[in-house]
Amino acid sequence: MGMMKSLMGWVDARFPATKMWKEHLSEYYAPKNFNFWYFFGSLALLVLVIQIVSGIFLAMFFKPDATLAFASVEYIMRDVEWGWLIRYMHSTGASAFFIVVYLHMFRGLLYGSYKNPRELIWIFGVLIYLVLMGEAFMGYLLPWGQMSFWGAQVIISLASAIPYIGDDLSLWIRGDFVIGDATLNRFFSLHVVALPLVLLGLVVAHILALHEVGSNNPDGVEIKKNKDENGIPVDGIPFHPYYSVKDIAGVVAFLFIFCSVIFFAPEMGGYFLEHANFEPANPLKTPEHIAPVWYFTVYYSILRAVPDKFLGVVAMGIAVLLLFFLPWLDRNPVKSIRYRGIQFKVMLGVFIIAFLMLGWLGTQPVTPLYTWMARIGAVIYFTFFLAMPIYTKMEKNLDVPDRVTMK
Amino acid sequence: MNIFAMKKLIILWSLALFSLLTINMVVASGSVHLESANIDRNDKASLQRGAKTFINYCLSCHSAQYQRFERMADDLGFDKQDVINNMMYTQDKIGNTMTVAMPAEDAKKWFGKPVPDLSLVARSRGVDWLYTYLISFYLDEKRPTGVNNLLFKDVGMPHVLWEQQGYKKLVKNPDGEHTLETAVKGTMTDKEYQDMVRDLVNFLAYIGEPLYVYRHQLGMWVLLFLAVFFVIAYMLKKEYWKDVH
Amino acid sequence: MSEGGTDNSRRRFLTAATTVVGAVGAGFVAVPFIKSWNPSARTKAAGAAIEIDISKLDVGQMLTVEWRGKPIYIVKRSDKNLEQLSSMDDRLRDPGSNESVQPDYAKNVYRARSDQKAILVLEGVCTHLGCAPKHRPDVAPADLGSDWVGGFFCPCHGSRFDLAGRVFQGVPAPLNLRVPPYTYLSKTTLLVGDDGGNA
Repeated sequence: MGMMKSLMGWVDARFPATKMWKEHLSEYYAPKNFNFWYFFGSLALLVLVIQIVSGIFLAMFFKPDATLAFASVEYIMRDVEWGWLIRYMHSTGASAFFIVVYLHMFRGLLYGSYKNPRELIWIFGVLIYLVLMGEAFMGYLLPWGQMSFWGAQVIISLASAIPYIGDDLSLWIRGDFVIGDATLNRFFSLHVVALPLVLLGLVVAHILALHEVGSNNPDGVEIKKNKDENGIPVDGIPFHPYYSVKDIAGVVAFLFIFCSVIFFAPEMGGYFLEHANFEPANPLKTPEHIAPVWYFTVYYSILRAVPDKFLGVVAMGIAVLLLFFLPWLDRNPVKSIRYRGIQFKVMLGVFIIAFLMLGWLGTQPVTPLYTWMARIGAVIYFTFFLAMPIYTKMEKNLDVPDRVTMK
Repeated sequence: MNIFAMKKLIILWSLALFSLLTINMVVASGSVHLESANIDRNDKASLQRGAKTFINYCLSCHSAQYQRFERMADDLGFDKQDVINNMMYTQDKIGNTMTVAMPAEDAKKWFGKPVPDLSLVARSRGVDWLYTYLISFYLDEKRPTGVNNLLFKDVGMPHVLWEQQGYKKLVKNPDGEHTLETAVKGTMTDKEYQDMVRDLVNFLAYIGEPLYVYRHQLGMWVLLFLAVFFVIAYMLKKEYWKDVH
Repeated sequence: MSEGGTDNSRRRFLTAATTVVGAVGAGFVAVPFIKSWNPSARTKAAGAAIEIDISKLDVGQMLTVEWRGKPIYIVKRSDKNLEQLSSMDDRLRDPGSNESVQPDYAKNVYRARSDQKAILVLEGVCTHLGCAPKHRPDVAPADLGSDWVGGFFCPCHGSRFDLAGRVFQGVPAPLNLRVPPYTYLSKTTLLVGDDGGNA
C-alpha cells in the first residue's frame, strides 16, 4: 500500500490524476434521485467505445475501393476469424447509438435539462447528435450495397436543391458524376478519422460542461442550493461508488439486450441491416423502394411531406436546427415535467406520437394517405417547437419542492 | 395528469418505439402471396441434399463466390475427398470458393443480363421469396425461354428444374385469380418437388450466412453469462444503495 | 447518508465478485479481436499445399517455387554431393540438425525423405536476416574458396550453407535452413506444404 501511495504521489506531482478522479467521480456529487432515464448518458459513452473498438478492427480488413468494398465486407463476415461478430457489433452499435441518444434527449425534454444553467450542455449534445448523423450516413455507404449507394445518391442530391451552387456542390461532395470510388474513399476517411475526432472532442466538452454546473434530476431541483457545513449538497451522493455501481448494473442489462440483437436478430427484420444492402451497389438499377435506415426516417418523412424540392430540404434542415434553440423557446422556468402545467405535457405527448409516426412513415413507400399523415406529423413537429414560447407561458405550474423526492 | 400516469405513458411510448423496430419489414414482392419456405437450418440431411441440387443445377451458371467448398464440407458434414471428387467441376483446391467457368459476357449474351451471384440471395430476397419463385414457373410462348414466373415477371432464367417439376400452365379462375396447373408431368410429384426446393432454399440460406447456427448457439451462452453478471451487479448496487435514503 | 451498520465484508465480497466476473467478460470479449488477426480462411486457402512436377528437374539443377509467399528451393543432388554431405560435420554448426526446424523425416544427414534422398526441399529464407541465399553448385569458385563443394551462399551477409541447407561455422546465420513439410504424390509429383501429418 505504501508503494502505491508513493507512486500516486509521484504521478500527482506531475499529472492531476487523483484530482481528476475526485473531480469527476469520487467527489462529483450527483443528485440521489436519478431514475431509469438517467442510464442513457453512460450507455451512450459505452456504445461510443464499442463503435470505436469494433470500427478500428473493421478498418483493418475493409477496402475503401468501389470494386472491392462489398467483397471485403463479406470477407470480414466469412473469412476473417470472428469477423462476423465484430461487424455485427458495429452495425448493431450504430442503431443502438441512436436509440440510446434519442432516449437520452427525451430525458432532457422530460426534466428540462436544457434550461439555465445547462444550455451549453444541451448545445454540445445537439452537436454530438448532428455529427453522429454525419458519421452514420457516411458509414452506411461503406458496405457498398444497393441501399448504401442509392441512399447516398438521394441524400447527396439534396445538396443540389440549394439555389445557384447546388449542382456544383453535390458534384464536389461526390467527386464524380454519380456516387463512385472517389465518394467512397473520402467518406471512409471522414468516417474513420475526421468525424470520430470531432465526436470525441464534443463528448469531452459535453461532460466537462455537465460537471461544471452539476447534473439536473427528475425533480428539476438545483441540489447545489442546499449544502451542508462541508459545502456538500445534502441531496447529492458521490458519483463513485453509488452511480458507478448503479451504471454497471445498467450496462449489463443494456448488454443483454444488445447481445440479444447481435446474436439473434442482427438484421432486426431489415431495420438495422436492410435486405437490399446484401446486393452489391448497381448504378443502373434502383431498388424498388429506397428507405433510409430507421434513425433518419423522421427527417426523411418531413422532407417527403413538402411538395417542393428546395423547401423540403429547408424544412428538414430547420427540423434539426430547431433543437439548438430549445433552451430559449421554452419560457417556463420550471424544469421537470412533474411540476409543469398541462400544456407542455400534452404537447410533449403529441410530439412524441408524431415523432414515432414520422419515423415509421419514413420506412414506408409513398402513398397519398401516408403523405398526408407525414404532413400532419410535420406540422405537429414544428408546432411543438415554434409555438413553445406561447404555450409554455400559459402553463399553471405545481409547487416545486425545495428538496429532491425519492420516487 | 399525475406523475404515475406520466410514468405509464412514458413506458408505453418506449415500448411503442421498440415494437416499431421489431416489426418485420415486408420485402417488396409485388402482390403475389409468398409461400412459407419452412426451412430447418439445423437439418444437415436437408442441407446436404440442397447442396447437391445447388451444385448440380445452379452452380453451372450461378456462382456463390463467397462460399468456400471446405467451409461447406466442414459445416454440413461432407467428406472432403468426396467433395473434391464429386462436387468440384471447375475448381481444384477445396479452399476455393464456388465460382463458375462461364464468362460474364457469355452470360449476358445468353440470358440478356449477367447471372447474379447467389451467395447472399437468401439475405436480399428472403427464403420465402426464393421458395415461392422456384415453384412459380409456368409455360409462356412469348418468352425466349418458353417460361415465365408468377413472382418474377419476364424472368431471364429458364426453368432449370423442369425435368423434376414438369411444366405448369397459367389458369385464370372465374374469380380472376391465377393458379398454376400441371401441363406436362415431371419425374416428381408436387410434394417431392416442393421438398427438393425447400432443401435447396435451406442451402441458399446457409450460404447466405454460414455462421447462422453457431451464432445462435453462442448467443445462448453469452446471454446466460450476462444474466449471471446482472444478478451480481444488481446485488452490489443494492448493497451500496442501502446508504442512500 | 451512511449511519453505521454497513456490512463491509459483504461489500468487499460483492465488489470482488463483480470485478472478477467483469474481468472474465472482458477476457471473453478480447478473444474475437485478438483472433481476428490470425490468417483468414482466404489466406489459408492461398497458402494451401502446392503440387510441383519434378520430372524435368536434372541433377545439379534448382527449381524455385512460391509457397505462402516464401521461395521454396527444390534441388536435385548428385550421388557425389550426397557422399560429401557425410564428411562435413567438423565444419558445420549443427550437423545433426538438432536446433533447426524440419519435419522428423528430414532430420538426417541429407535433410530429405528417405525414398528420394537426392531431392532437397528447402525454404529459401536465410536464418540470419531473411535474405534469399543463392544456389552455388559450382566447386571451388574464386569467391567462395577452394574447399567449397557446392551449397548455398547468402549475398547479404555472407552466410554459407551446404547442399543440405546446413549452416557452416563462422558465419552470421545461427541455424540450418528450414525444411517445409512435403511429400510425394507420385515419383515425379512433389507436394509442398502438406505431408498428411508427418507421414
